[in-house]
Amino acid sequence: MALLSVNDLHVYYGSIQGVSFEVNEGEVVTLIGANGAGKSTSLNTVAGLLKPKAGSVMLGGMDIVGTPAHKIVGYGMALCPEGRRIFQQLTVRENLEMGAYTRDGGSIDSDLEMVYEYFPRLKERYKQIAGTLSGGEQQMLAMGRALMSHPRILMLDEPSMGLAPILVDQIFEIIKKLHDTGRTILLVEQNAQMALSVADRGYVLETGRIVTTGTGKELLHNDMVRKAYLGG
Amino acid sequence: MLSYLINGISLGSVYAIIALGYTMVYGIAKMLNFAHGDVIMIGGYMAFCSTSYWGWPAVPSVLFSIFVCTILGIIIERLAYKPLREASSLAVLITAIGVSYFLQNAALLIWSSNPKAFPSMINLPNLVIGDIQISSVAIVTIAASIIIMIALTLFTSKTRLGKAMRAVSEDKGAAQLMGINVNATISMTFAIGSGLAAIAGVLLCSAYPTLMPTTGAMPGIKAFTAAVFGGIGSIPGAMLGGILLGIIEIFAKAYISTQLSDAIVFAVLIIVLIVKPTGLLGKKMPEKV
Repeated sequence: MALLSVNDLHVYYGSIQGVSFEVNEGEVVTLIGANGAGKSTSLNTVAGLLKPKAGSVMLGGMDIVGTPAHKIVGYGMALCPEGRRIFQQLTVRENLEMGAYTRDGGSIDSDLEMVYEYFPRLKERYKQIAGTLSGGEQQMLAMGRALMSHPRILMLDEPSMGLAPILVDQIFEIIKKLHDTGRTILLVEQNAQMALSVADRGYVLETGRIVTTGTGKELLHNDMVRKAYLGG
Repeated sequence: MLSYLINGISLGSVYAIIALGYTMVYGIAKMLNFAHGDVIMIGGYMAFCSTSYWGWPAVPSVLFSIFVCTILGIIIERLAYKPLREASSLAVLITAIGVSYFLQNAALLIWSSNPKAFPSMINLPNLVIGDIQISSVAIVTIAASIIIMIALTLFTSKTRLGKAMRAVSEDKGAAQLMGINVNATISMTFAIGSGLAAIAGVLLCSAYPTLMPTTGAMPGIKAFTAAVFGGIGSIPGAMLGGILLGIIEIFAKAYISTQLSDAIVFAVLIIVLIVKPTGLLGKKMPEKV
């Protein structure tokens, strides 16, 4: 059974019209598509920030539609939102602590070490106010923060948005690393080339519908996908 | 001169405690809770009833007043503001003014408009240094505000709930994604703010011992001014703004004119806002993308 399975999801806002997809344990799955195709809306609905009109979202066999977003986090789903949305006025460390908010009590030191291992830059800057970090560092912080909740599935919304090419490479390196350590990731990207190259499988969204699906490699060589999203 | 300064700091400390309630609620709920001043008045009446009618000693009666106001704050938020979470800020503002009138008129019904003589709850000897006499009320007021300031600073910077509160005030959506219950956090903020209002009510009535249903209105407005003056949303700003406002008010009364003192206070506010629109310690929020 898939870890996450979304069935025939409809959302008024952003007009998602019957989106279905699955993410299996240990997979990196990507949703690609143009601006406004409904990628972020899908993620936000899955995470409980938006209410669907119809459809189901099963996480580990449990329907989580209608569960408030702050409870879904405790069930093992973390969303690293579009635009990073780090807490600008909190320090790097406090941001990471907030990521571990659902884990009431207990030590988070080993988790901080784990995040610092993926993102050594954050360790150097743990005392700094997050708003003073560069864009790339903020993205790393947002991802680290999401990892702090011990998610069974990590959802990344446009992690490469607004970053210089060299930083985009770094972010995708880390996604690969996370994949190698067996984490389950649902990735939404406009940078289809990069996303498909790290993903096991992908879904192509167009105006609120899934139009194609396949393995990352298949989609990279699919004519329609090449024309629409990979610049020919 | 020095005694004016101490009176100013003492009055300012009361403003500061009230302003903290305004600023915390504004920071988290992005709304101006104009009923905050009337919670002070309710706090005053609670302390009055428990000491004058029921004969309670000072400490339990203050704790009782804090307890009632804390519950009142949670109820106000739940019934009046929570249903308007997604509404325009104008609707929320008008509701807040409505709640303010509701509380004042409820107090009018219960306690009538006759001023009540607030019993003196702080029965300590005045401090005499040379030829200056400092009232015990002023000392207790200043000490209380310092303790509250330190406690709140520690709460928001060191505790899990306090950090969550800052996170919610910055970005509710992102806070939810961390697993923070935003509604519960907002309730908690109202509870803390209203508890502080009760303390302010007792201190205010100890310094100016007449209690009427409108007692909280003017200090409420002035404390709101203090919060804006210091930079709304900023906890140290509320403290600084409150104390400066108290000092300015007392000095204006002493050296310029008693009648004009309020006008002078608000004139200072206008000048500060022209020079620094975010207030003294206000931060410019970065534009959201």
